[in-house]
Amino acid sequence: MASSGPAPIVSLRGVGKVFGNGLRALDGLDLDVREGEFLSLLGPSGCGKSTALRIIAGLSEPSQGTVTWRDGADARRGIGFVFQEPTLMPWTTVFGNVFLPLKLAGADRAAAAPRIMETLSRVGLTDFAEAYPRELSGGMRMRVSIARALVTAPRILLMDEPFAALDEITRFKLNDDLVSLWRELRMTVVFVTHSGFESVFLSSRIVVMTPRPGRVSNELVIDTPNRDAKFRTSAEYAGYCRVTSEALHAAMGAGAAA
Amino acid sequence: MNERVLRIVAPACVLALGVVLWDFIVRINSIPPYILPSPGLVLSTLVADWPILWSSLLATLETTIEGLALAVVGGIGLAMLFNQSRLIEHSLYPYAVILQVTPVVAVAPLLLIYLPQQAAVLACAWIVAFFPVLANTTLGLNSVDHNLADLFRLYGASRRQVLWELKLPAALPQMLAGIRIAGGLSLIGAVVAEIAAGSAGAGSGLAYRIAESGYRLNIPRMFAALLLLSFAGIAIFALLSWLTHFALRRWHESALTRES
Repeated sequence: MASSGPAPIVSLRGVGKVFGNGLRALDGLDLDVREGEFLSLLGPSGCGKSTALRIIAGLSEPSQGTVTWRDGADARRGIGFVFQEPTLMPWTTVFGNVFLPLKLAGADRAAAAPRIMETLSRVGLTDFAEAYPRELSGGMRMRVSIARALVTAPRILLMDEPFAALDEITRFKLNDDLVSLWRELRMTVVFVTHSGFESVFLSSRIVVMTPRPGRVSNELVIDTPNRDAKFRTSAEYAGYCRVTSEALHAAMGAGAAA
Repeated sequence: MNERVLRIVAPACVLALGVVLWDFIVRINSIPPYILPSPGLVLSTLVADWPILWSSLLATLETTIEGLALAVVGGIGLAMLFNQSRLIEHSLYPYAVILQVTPVVAVAPLLLIYLPQQAAVLACAWIVAFFPVLANTTLGLNSVDHNLADLFRLYGASRRQVLWELKLPAALPQMLAGIRIAGGLSLIGAVVAEIAAGSAGAGSGLAYRIAESGYRLNIPRMFAALLLLSFAGIAIFALLSWLTHFALRRWHESALTRES
């Protein structure tokens, strides 16, 4: 992995993870997350991509190897995390859910209100601040979840298959919005997915992982300036998807042989 | 007929039918009131004995509500303590179970020996009522969404924040279900203790009136007192159900009416 440009925000070196039941989820994973990139971890289920994300977030400790943050361990404070499910608190409103990270940091509700409303408008939920999660559709709940992750203005946003459970139309819309948020906010995103198409559309770089044990098998750079609805039907997109799909198949073959 | 009307009319019909049948049986067999009073006699006794029954009802209700309040405080407090410390949980939980499975009827006479009467009655109400609050709250505190717990960890939440902002709100539905059960049980505990105390010659609650009326063969008053006890139980249940609905109406599945 040639290091080009600025130093990575976070580096994983030789990271392994063995669970209590003996399952080896990750083995010798080397990964750099660079400032400002949209990095997708792509692989079949069981390749340890979610485990890698949890290790980056500090929600799980690696069994071997190291995780190094460029700006020291405090950089973990600047993490936003979006789970596979919206993971909202059903007992409070959209506003209350987005307020949570600020509340836990000791912020005052009234003082935080402008920031919360601004974040809600970014994800298109201005009119739903007082709604309860159960009153929202699946896609809207996911938007609340993204707003909650964004409200702290994180340096790095970690997303664990956030759109896997949504219908295609909603997923496309959220993909479009996520790309524009990434551009506007110039943040670093690490996105876990098992969809090659989704990763091509969103990412500036794709890391393909092999299953059991999870490690990097291939890496693709998606270098295109035009990510919009047209891109999805372009020959360029189709070309990238073919390459990605081949890389994914190669990774699964390697995993099965191992 | 819509669902709402049916839910009121159907049981009302059953009640009317039951009362008519009861009256009919008493009349046709000319059963004397000291064996089975007619529904009319029970009602007129209720009116005639109202002053004495009312003060007895208040005494029983006071015990019940105090017992319930202590059960709520004790049950939730103990559940919170258990949730914070495994050692305390493992040390005390078996005794909470023992307290629950030992029939309170058998414990009441002992408590009446060691405690002043009012305290003993209250203790009985508490013993039967606190366990459902404890067990349900414990279940609720332990069934927090793992991802939400991770999220709190990610944002560096303190133990206190996790408890107050995450675990307690998440446990609220189970907690309220436990309190609703405890309301009925507290009344049962109070009645059992009053009966035990009543045979010792003191007391003024409704259960004591029932025991006393039994000795005096005043069967109509027994029925009237029993009727009042039932109403008290229903009222407590209705009040707690309403409270549950009010607390959960905005967000919990149990409080929602779905259109199909």
